[in-house]
Amino acid sequence: MKIIFAAALVCGFASGALAQQPAKIDAATADRYVKSMWSKAGPEWATSLTPDETNAVCSATRNAPSPAEFDKIVAREKAAVVFPADGVVLGDWKKGEVVAQRGTGGQFTDAPDTFRGGNCYACHEMAAKEVSYGTLGPSLKGYGKARAFSKDEAKNAYAKVYNAQSVLACSQMPRFGHNKFLSEAQIKDVVAYLFDPESPVNK
Amino acid sequence: MKMTMRKAAAAAVFAASLAGIAGYASVATAQQAAPALDASEKEIERYRAMINDPMANPGYLFVDRGEVLWSLKRGAKNVSLEGCDLGEGTGKLEGAFAKLPRYFADADKVMDVEQRLLWCMQKVQELDTADVLRRRFGSPSATSDLQDLTAFIANKSNGMKYQPQTGHAKEQEMLAAGEELFYRRGGVMDFACSTCHGDDGKRIRLQGLPNFSRPGKDAKDTMGGWPTYRVSQSQTRTMQHRLWDCYRQMRHPAPDFGSDGVTALTAYMVKMAEGGDINVPSIKR
Repeated sequence: MKIIFAAALVCGFASGALAQQPAKIDAATADRYVKSMWSKAGPEWATSLTPDETNAVCSATRNAPSPAEFDKIVAREKAAVVFPADGVVLGDWKKGEVVAQRGTGGQFTDAPDTFRGGNCYACHEMAAKEVSYGTLGPSLKGYGKARAFSKDEAKNAYAKVYNAQSVLACSQMPRFGHNKFLSEAQIKDVVAYLFDPESPVNK
Repeated sequence: MKMTMRKAAAAAVFAASLAGIAGYASVATAQQAAPALDASEKEIERYRAMINDPMANPGYLFVDRGEVLWSLKRGAKNVSLEGCDLGEGTGKLEGAFAKLPRYFADADKVMDVEQRLLWCMQKVQELDTADVLRRRFGSPSATSDLQDLTAFIANKSNGMKYQPQTGHAKEQEMLAAGEELFYRRGGVMDFACSTCHGDDGKRIRLQGLPNFSRPGKDAKDTMGGWPTYRVSQSQTRTMQHRLWDCYRQMRHPAPDFGSDGVTALTAYMVKMAEGGDINVPSIKR
């Protein structure tokens, strides 16, 4: 009796939830809306108008891909990570701090030569002294210290900043290197900001 | 005319403050459960309360200009916008904003308030809207008719609740398109609206981010305060401008003013804000 009651409740909830959901639209209709909204966008905005396969899957699954889709994305993105040719992933932590702090560049109101920042603090806590940080991403306070300043961990961090989805499919974090928003040197500087024992992140 | 409006507004504030006192006990209890506001947030709240009064809120200057523009005769037909149907009947302003975006049979299209205004300017007044569109966003050197009119029209739904319209098939498509756009990732940052507005209690730097991934308080409180007077910009901004600014920060292209994509997102946000109280123009940072 209890089971039947519970089942009825579950069904009730399910149909209630379905009734709330608006009908999905097909890809062609979605494209029509996108094109109407961005009708004047030039070719430099191609990845906004036509997302790549990874973004398409993440959008369609609301960032909750199936296990199979998850593995496929990680494999594809991992294969696309380009490490520095000399294998050195640590740059200058002081320059890395500037990249972490600055949120400029790439906006349609920016000049093409505007300095590009990673804006890490928009989403992450990093150095204890910086109290203006966002909470969209996990805290990175003491990141290198907590990993014993390991070389392998620094390499993993480079891969994560270069392409977050090579580690976690449908991560909300931008693929800074993959999308060529930050340069290789900038990513190395950010990794140094995370891993240098002198960096305020580890103080 | 102006005095009457001001008096009515002042009376409304008085009534609202009485209601506030009556509701105080329950609000105080609810607030104990919420995280404590830090000192700067408290100060901002105090500042907002101080200027969120029609007598002191600069947003009402835009409302007043919009009132004049609504009855101004212009265009090839030399008629006012009083011949415009915002959905509740020709010339009827009260409650119209609370049901927008909605389907208009004469245009066979779902429109938000600004799309509808442009349509009425073109069809009812036969006004060349090139200049109006050039001034779509107000600046220190140019007032915006669209901002002023939108502030005026939205203000006429104060005290009412958002009633999203989903009866027509095209309204359903618009809503579904809005949800799709909300989650659509892309561009150089792989961002969607949901990246920042998909969870409760998140913030960017120190700025709180309303969750628009589900119906509820965040969406109601946010939508209930747009259009808003932006202190940092000295302008009463509408959702058209807010979404333009969001896409700028997301590193996507500038959305076309009055395009179906922007209306779809607005329809989606209004749906999440269903039942939310409208009190505009509000005041924001």
